[in-house]
Amino acid sequence: MALLEIKDLTLRFGGLCAVNKLSLEIEEGSIRSLIGPNGAGKTCVFNCLTGFYKPSDGDMIFMGESLVKRKPHIITYKGMARTFQNLRLFQQMTVFENVMSGMHCRSSAGFIGAVLRTGSQKLEEKKIREVAEECLDFVGILDKKYYMAKNLPYGDQRRVEWARALATQPKLLLLDEPAAGLNKEEKSRLIDLMRRIRDERKITIFLIEHDMGLVMKVSEKIFVIDYGVKIAEGEAKEVQDNPRVIEAYLGKEEEEDAV
Amino acid sequence: MAEIKNNSQKNTPVGMIVEQLYLFFDNKVPRYLVMSAMTAFLIYLPLSSSRFTQEIMANLFFYVVVCLGLNIIVGFAGLLHLGYAAFFAVGAYTTGILSSVYGVNFWLTLPFSIIAAVIAGLAIGAPTLRLRGDYLAIVTLGFGEIIRLTVRNLEITGGAIGLIGIQRPVLFGVVLNQITHFYYLFFILAIIAIFVSYRLHDSRLGRAWEYIREDEDAASAMGINVVSTRLYAFIIGSAFGALAGSLYAAKMTAISPESFMFIHSVMILLAVVLGGMGKIPGVILGAVIVTLIPELSRDIGQFRLIIFAVLLLILMLYRPQGIWPERQGISTKL
Repeated sequence: MALLEIKDLTLRFGGLCAVNKLSLEIEEGSIRSLIGPNGAGKTCVFNCLTGFYKPSDGDMIFMGESLVKRKPHIITYKGMARTFQNLRLFQQMTVFENVMSGMHCRSSAGFIGAVLRTGSQKLEEKKIREVAEECLDFVGILDKKYYMAKNLPYGDQRRVEWARALATQPKLLLLDEPAAGLNKEEKSRLIDLMRRIRDERKITIFLIEHDMGLVMKVSEKIFVIDYGVKIAEGEAKEVQDNPRVIEAYLGKEEEEDAV
Repeated sequence: MAEIKNNSQKNTPVGMIVEQLYLFFDNKVPRYLVMSAMTAFLIYLPLSSSRFTQEIMANLFFYVVVCLGLNIIVGFAGLLHLGYAAFFAVGAYTTGILSSVYGVNFWLTLPFSIIAAVIAGLAIGAPTLRLRGDYLAIVTLGFGEIIRLTVRNLEITGGAIGLIGIQRPVLFGVVLNQITHFYYLFFILAIIAIFVSYRLHDSRLGRAWEYIREDEDAASAMGINVVSTRLYAFIIGSAFGALAGSLYAAKMTAISPESFMFIHSVMILLAVVLGGMGKIPGVILGAVIVTLIPELSRDIGQFRLIIFAVLLLILMLYRPQGIWPERQGISTKL
């Protein structure tokens, strides 16, 4: 059975249909991409999955459970983590503290534990720190752990977001345009990192991306949407040659002839 | 590491001095030395000072407690609360009613006072903490007035006259009725409040509040339940206020609705903002300023509020983040 199954997902804002009867499946252990022109509704799909938007219709089944009407923090707890298109780090906090946030849903100490520093609270804090360090090490910025997040260069800030998402110990990682704003070298490291996440940590990856080269390289299967409707799905090559995809990205040939 | 330093605070001379002090105190040894010297001084103080000084100091400690309580709500969790006086009214009246009407021992009223504050905190927090930003300020403002008007009009709270004859607490056979007793009582409470604040700040819960304050959506994407975490802050802060209120009732032996006016909520909020929201030493400093400036400038009478206002304006223009400096990029801790 698929790890994530989206069935007829529909999202309307008033009269505008941002996502229209979208259905797709993500198998466990795969890397899948969602592409489409600007404004096609890609991020809306992510926002529905992670509980930030309430879908108007349809169902999303993650590990056998429906995600409809679930709050974002519950969905994260169930094992789905995300990164944001525009970085959403905790700017005024250190890199380490940023990554520690991911462990929040895997820990439980409350007021009593905090004030009395009970044994279990200390153990838990130790565990939080260990996991955060391990995640920072994994993405390769452990040496910057006491920097303020806002003082890091853009590429490193992206990596903090990755480490933070990994610290929630997800089954499925949603990446919203992970390569945006990265240079060529950083992009190739990103591809490496994605493969390592999948192979070493057994985390399934679902990403939105504009950089076609990167998408073609990294993902086994691609979904293409335009105006909220799925117009193609398949391997990189198939999708690339699909006339509907070319039309969505470049416009119809007849129109070009007319001009 | 030059690029990590935050430049904005270095522009003013005051900022520079505080910055140096801050770096100095980041080191454990001087910090503990200064802290124990101050504690020793404050323990010794009542032995050689007038009743008037002790009265002011007891009031100062009281302010430290309520300011730290409000700091949990406003500073840690970032929720603007304009009716905090209502929560120490809840504490003061719970102790007052139980003590003067039912004759319950003062110490036994404390748990009830906390429970009452938790219920009040839940009642107002649960429906409103889902809202963002300014709505909460309006609701808390209204709540403060509702509490004040309620105690003014109920029979059990003594109406506009208030409650009288609240019993003095008894500790180890000694009736606490001297100002010196209350000096020490509030001193201990202030130390507990400082301790609890620090512990909370450096915990999972404290971090969660900071995450939510920084970016609510990102925090919830990281698996933090925004509403319940905020509610937690709201309740803990309210309980602080209620405890302080209970002690206040025991010290005064009489309370009236006029002790819990909107202006008190504002003064407490002022101390928190002045010192620096979320920064514990800053909030203590704010409490000191807010209690001491009016006392020290008593001679100039009515003009002191104007001077106060001008001071505030200057501060907000040149140092909007409060007197206490922001955190540095790399801390020596850990």
